[in-house]
Amino acid sequence: MRHTFRLMICLMAAALLSACVSHPPAKLDYTAYKQSNPRTILVLPPLNNSPDVNASYSVLSQLSYPLAESGYYVLPVALVDATFKQNGLTVAGDIHQVAPAKLREIFGADAALYVTISKYGSTYTVLDSVTVVTASARLVDLRSGVELWKGHASASSAENQNNSGGGLVGMLISAAIRQVANNLSDSGHDVAGVTSLRLLSAGHPNGLLFGPHSPRYGTD
Amino acid sequence: MMKANTPRLALLVAACSLLAACAQAPKTLYQWEAYQPQVYEHFKGQSPQQQITELEKGLERIAAKGNVPPPGYRAHLGMLYAETGRDDLALQQLQAEKAAFPESAVYIDFLLKKYQK
Repeated sequence: MRHTFRLMICLMAAALLSACVSHPPAKLDYTAYKQSNPRTILVLPPLNNSPDVNASYSVLSQLSYPLAESGYYVLPVALVDATFKQNGLTVAGDIHQVAPAKLREIFGADAALYVTISKYGSTYTVLDSVTVVTASARLVDLRSGVELWKGHASASSAENQNNSGGGLVGMLISAAIRQVANNLSDSGHDVAGVTSLRLLSAGHPNGLLFGPHSPRYGTD
Repeated sequence: MMKANTPRLALLVAACSLLAACAQAPKTLYQWEAYQPQVYEHFKGQSPQQQITELEKGLERIAAKGNVPPPGYRAHLGMLYAETGRDDLALQQLQAEKAAFPESAVYIDFLLKKYQK
């Protein structure tokens, strides 16, 4: 009787503990991506769902680095933007609707990156002011129209902040000052740089694969 | 006293140099200079001449180190040259971009059609 009771306790404990094990996020299926094997990426002007009009260009100007360093040829973003404008496409929403075949014809890229910014800017939460940039992206093969990869990332100015105290009043004042400073100093731009790195760097689980220019191409 | 400590000292120096090697940043594929900040400046409508100066200086620094400018750098500079009326320099940079990255040919040829009158 005692043994059975002890056994039951052990089993219950095991069951409880196994529930605590964190399951890793589902692994992306890279079959289509590897089959497509894109060399060149067309980065489209991002869709901006944040209240800050500066978000699009701030993010767009920082997307080239992680893509190129991952081993892809990235079409020059400013020229691509100009090409769209010269053809009457000034709104990201309209640009994102252009048929893949048309993009392939003009830009000659193997794949296009569709980025959506969901958060960009400082929010004031009374005790603190935090700048957050959150974005998601889809990589679509322009030859087949098939989605190869999608991801999302976020970064925040709170990650590096040291709140040195000064009591509640101190925190309130610091938060207010930081909110004004954040809005004046375009700190969104710096945070957006981190978001872009997290979103588009190859070499981490569910991230982009390495491209042909990378010495690590084919190792993932 | 010194003789007994020399092997220990050598070990310490070796350990320090190993750690220093670890502290060095991994080499990037390209030398980026101010490319991304200048692209941002361009989007904000800043003066093209200022951007040209920065990007030209960057090219010199990259060449001095025997490194390669990133994809788009030369094409972007070419666009700025075209904006300031220097079509010959624009052509030169676009062709350099295509030579360095042949996979850019379709788009560069499309752009060259515009700049060649």
